[in-house]
Amino acid sequence: MWRDTLLVAGKDLRIEARSRVALSQVVPFGVVALVLFAFALGPDRTRMAAGAPGLFWLAVLFCAVLAVQRSVAVESVDGARDGLRLSGLDPAGLFLGKASAIAAQLIVLEVVLGVGVVLLYGARITTPWLIVASCLLGTLGLAATGTLYGALSAGLRVRETLLPFLLLPIAAPVLLAGTRIWQAGMAGGTAADGSQWLRLLVVFDAVYLALGVVVYGPIQESA
Amino acid sequence: MSATRVPPPLSPRARWTVRSIGAAAAVGMALTVWLGLWVTPPDQVQGNLVRLVYIHPGVAWVALYLAFGLAAVASLLYLWPRTRSLFWDRLAAAAVEVGVVFNVCTLVSGSIWGRPTWGVYWAWDARLTLTAILLVLFLGYIALRRLPADPEKRAKRSAFVCLFAAVDIPIDHFSVLWWRTLHQGATVLNPDLSPTIHGSMAWTLLISFLSLTLVFVWMLLVRYRIGVLEDWLGSGELDVALRQRQAEGSSAGTADGATGTDALGTGPREPVPSLVPTPSSPDPAGVVAAGHPAVPERAR
Repeated sequence: MWRDTLLVAGKDLRIEARSRVALSQVVPFGVVALVLFAFALGPDRTRMAAGAPGLFWLAVLFCAVLAVQRSVAVESVDGARDGLRLSGLDPAGLFLGKASAIAAQLIVLEVVLGVGVVLLYGARITTPWLIVASCLLGTLGLAATGTLYGALSAGLRVRETLLPFLLLPIAAPVLLAGTRIWQAGMAGGTAADGSQWLRLLVVFDAVYLALGVVVYGPIQESA
Repeated sequence: MSATRVPPPLSPRARWTVRSIGAAAAVGMALTVWLGLWVTPPDQVQGNLVRLVYIHPGVAWVALYLAFGLAAVASLLYLWPRTRSLFWDRLAAAAVEVGVVFNVCTLVSGSIWGRPTWGVYWAWDARLTLTAILLVLFLGYIALRRLPADPEKRAKRSAFVCLFAAVDIPIDHFSVLWWRTLHQGATVLNPDLSPTIHGSMAWTLLISFLSLTLVFVWMLLVRYRIGVLEDWLGSGELDVALRQRQAEGSSAGTADGATGTDALGTGPREPVPSLVPTPSSPDPAGVVAAGHPAVPERAR
């Protein structure tokens, strides 16, 4: 399973490295979203700093939808999905591989957006480990749910519109917990406030990763 | 049209059962309203507002636990190869639809209660937020079901979405224990399983739970029946149309050689006279062009 995970993740990341869609479209989209949020909030820096955690996660969530769409789209042409099913790869490995590739792209995006909120919104981070932990756990949750719903919506003609409708509510706990952890890790917050939300993220990740490992095979058959 | 299929009618016993449950639900609801509005006393703290307790928790119980719980179990049974049957798929779909109605009622009755007690219609509290998310998740389920697809594939896909959404149900239930929320803790389904309500209020609450459960069961049975009829209609329409076309094709072919099936063999050719417009009738198809005879090439 782990070998298959590496193979699939390597394949998806190689496609991204060559096509540069994530780098040239998804990351800039995230930055544009940050700038637009700033326009919507006005020039008041204290308000921007207060809103930074939520806006950061909102931008990540929107970009995650794009990353998942992209991850599904690369399999939708030239019978690639059937090819993958025929390849004999372990479905669990396939799920973990695709989720890892999405997670890797989101981590890069989060670094860029993290620098963005510090520079643009004047957010002051006081407990960096809390921020890093929330990003890692949140990304894992987004990647797991995204891969599952991506597979469910694959092959549907209305994939582009249905996926955000299905994915955004299910990923809402990540937005909620991620925002609270960031608030705890920034100036004015206390690290203790973030720990219970970290626990929620751990449970969320564990549930959806386990579900994905178990049901990804049958989902592929239904698509 | 003699080939039209008619779905099997409900057996008299099934019809009687559904009607009895409906009647029992109506009587139960009437009893709840009477007990809730006239017999039970007002609360010491909340006054008459407490009467919402006979509606809101019952509606929430049906939506969050009964309907969505049943949908999750039915989806699981559909996915389990040994119990795979479209019965479970239809049951899950019916439960979700009724559950969504009850979920909306939960949010609305909660808001009406929240305004005078908390001062706001809506608070961004863990329980309220999770209940709203649950509603959106199951609306997504309904949207997915509406997409035209092979029944087996649709059933499988919907079952997965239902299961993923159902993860939210236990989180919603325990949210009042895990987070310090504005919403009060569980009155009936608390960790000690000892309801913290007494006297006539407890009885009325119990009757409201039972009546709303009966309303749910009645709606579920009716919705399930509609689901079955919809499936009959969906598959029957095509059969009827196909048989009709085949009957037309064969009768036309045997009656008159000039009006046999067309080149594609998909149906009978239009009879010749209909292509020739009468002098008084307009020419909608533009068959009569300037300087050309009225009779088209194929008919001549």
